[in-house]
Amino acid sequence: MSGIEFRGVCFGRNGRPRILDDFSLAVGAGEVVALVGASGAGKTTVLKLVNRLLLPGAGDVRVQDKDTREWDPIRLRRSVGYVIQEIGLFPHLTVADNIAVVPRLERWSDDRVTARVRELLALMDLDPDTYANRWPDELSGGQRQRVGVARALAIDPPVLLLDEPFGALDPVTRRQLQSEFRRIQARLRKSVLLVTHDMGEAMMLGDRVGVMDDGRLIWCGPPRAIAECDDPRVRRFVDAATPPMPTGTESA
Amino acid sequence: MSVLRFWIEHRQELATLFAQHVFLVAVSTTIAVLIGVPLGIFASRRPRLAAPFVAIANIAQTVPSLAMFGFLLPVPLIGGVGARAALAVLILYGLLPIVRSTIVGITGIDRSIKEAGVGMGMTPRELLRQIELPLALPSIVAGIRVAAVVGVGSATIAAAIGAGGLGQYIYRGLSMVDSSVILAGAIPAALLALGVDGGLLWLERRLSPRRGRKSRRAAEAVALSLIGLLLAGSAVLSARASSSIVVGSKNFTEQLILGEIVAQTIERETGLKVERRLNLGGTLICDRALLSGDIDVYVEYTGTALTAIFHQQPSNDPRAVTEKVRELYAGTGRTLLAPLGYDNTFAILVRGADARARGLRTIDDAAKVTPEWKAGFGYEFLERPDGYKGLAKTYGLTFRAPPQVMDLTLSYRALASGQVDLIAGDATAGLIKALDLFQLADNRRYFPPYDAVPVAHASTLLRYPQVRRALERLAGRITAADMREMNNAADTRRENPADIARSFLDRRQ
Repeated sequence: MSGIEFRGVCFGRNGRPRILDDFSLAVGAGEVVALVGASGAGKTTVLKLVNRLLLPGAGDVRVQDKDTREWDPIRLRRSVGYVIQEIGLFPHLTVADNIAVVPRLERWSDDRVTARVRELLALMDLDPDTYANRWPDELSGGQRQRVGVARALAIDPPVLLLDEPFGALDPVTRRQLQSEFRRIQARLRKSVLLVTHDMGEAMMLGDRVGVMDDGRLIWCGPPRAIAECDDPRVRRFVDAATPPMPTGTESA
Repeated sequence: MSVLRFWIEHRQELATLFAQHVFLVAVSTTIAVLIGVPLGIFASRRPRLAAPFVAIANIAQTVPSLAMFGFLLPVPLIGGVGARAALAVLILYGLLPIVRSTIVGITGIDRSIKEAGVGMGMTPRELLRQIELPLALPSIVAGIRVAAVVGVGSATIAAAIGAGGLGQYIYRGLSMVDSSVILAGAIPAALLALGVDGGLLWLERRLSPRRGRKSRRAAEAVALSLIGLLLAGSAVLSARASSSIVVGSKNFTEQLILGEIVAQTIERETGLKVERRLNLGGTLICDRALLSGDIDVYVEYTGTALTAIFHQQPSNDPRAVTEKVRELYAGTGRTLLAPLGYDNTFAILVRGADARARGLRTIDDAAKVTPEWKAGFGYEFLERPDGYKGLAKTYGLTFRAPPQVMDLTLSYRALASGQVDLIAGDATAGLIKALDLFQLADNRRYFPPYDAVPVAHASTLLRYPQVRRALERLAGRITAADMREMNNAADTRRENPADIARSFLDRRQ
């Protein structure tokens, strides 16, 4: 059983006919795949094809072994947690209400919602009593990021999409969140598709790393193997990676 | 002080006008919200529509409200005179800021926030209700605030088309050149605007996302019940008897007095309920109102009807003009009643001092000196076929500069104070005597006769034959001297038109 599967996907828009070109990739259950690529390589498009914000021009995208065209888009999106780069917390809702949006749409009882919110805040290492009633703009960047992830996990979706989740953070916070992500993933075992432009991050977080260039997946394999790759397009990312980087796969 | 006294003396009328004003604003703003917010949501979904929408809204906002009332006059169903037409205009005005602020509020939401909502699996409706509307709400309420405050201001102009409201005092004050009457209407209107602004500002703050759910709910409940109360209360207060005769008048002193004389005569003689829609903004507005049945009767002048309403050539024979006009009215479902007895011709006026110093008696005399003079005329006189153009041609009049356009009533003051040197007023104006003005003789008999005659809707007379009998009793009863005296009482002694009419009718009993 695979979480996400791309089979020969092409995607284009009027201006650019080949944003994705014959893209194939599978993310197994409980696996983390980190996609690396320069901006404009088509990484975000890959994510949007998963929760059907976009539909492929050719080929199939399958989520939990079902073609996204056959999914009801609302059901599909509620089964796929999505953390976008800008996080997009709702500024008119408190932290707790932000996290509770989807559970409430799913008509959970109030008690269950409250319990879930506290559970997620605790999981994200945010004290529920302190943070539940804060407003998004009272949080630091790292805290906001945690809330964004908590919100995406609210109804325990089996699949999680992360678009440059730690991109806007300072290096210290970033490193801290990265290791927390590994801790959390070790417990939750979601199918995760993560997009980043930082090879160091990809190698630290991914069970497998995929390198994208101009709409194509040019390399894919475990982080350890990437050192042996001599494709200059891949090397460019490896050489630019932030050292030192653990090559750990202990969460896999 | 005189304003205070005016309020105390007219407290009942003030309450009614205030209620009418609130009613106009509350109803029009509520309807504008009900139409404008969905419209704005619709437009914000279609970016290609939204930009032109906002542009049109901005342009339409700049159309002066009086012009807007003018445009709508001939439009069926919503046009005409009275509260309905005024509401249509006020709704239109309110719509624009509300639509605009809704569009701006929704399209101004950060793209990532909407994307997060969609990505979380919100349906478009959930996104709208939970994310877009709450985030756009402060902007929408700000738009409603603008709409309501503009509405309070525009509603004063609604008095020009007989919709009532505080504007009536403003117009009455203008036509009586009495600033305390103007203030009597302007002050409560300004206070109302401030109150509305403050109230909605409070609401805006309460509705801001920062307030808890409970506080917002409470504010919503307060706002809704207040609107409900306003609508119900002002509707009751401004409601009028359904089976009543509606008397209209134009917007100058003599017409207000005549309107009262007609109204009180009907009240006295028939016991029917009479509603007054006095102070309508001009001949054509009165005519259109009579034609559409918005008013049942008003007093017109034969020469005016002949030339301004029916576009016929002016003629000098009073009897022939009256018969011709009677015929023309009959052909359009209206009935010319018996002339009241005086001829209110245009009076070409100069300062008494000038007339004496230069020995001016006729317009011909004045034509020799006008090239060094300035003239000021009302809008109507400049436009009418029996107005300025023909006069200038007949007498070969030229002036130092093109004639200045000014309000008829204000032109008397402008003449007396030396801003202009010659005006066209009414022969019966009380101010002629009060301001020491001199009427030049129309020695070439340019002006047609302007016999004052009530005109009524024919079907009204059929339904209430007693109205015709009552008004026939006024035939030939008002002389030019009477009228001048009554105008003088209003213009210089500041007496109330209703009181002047009452004492006139009492004396004639």
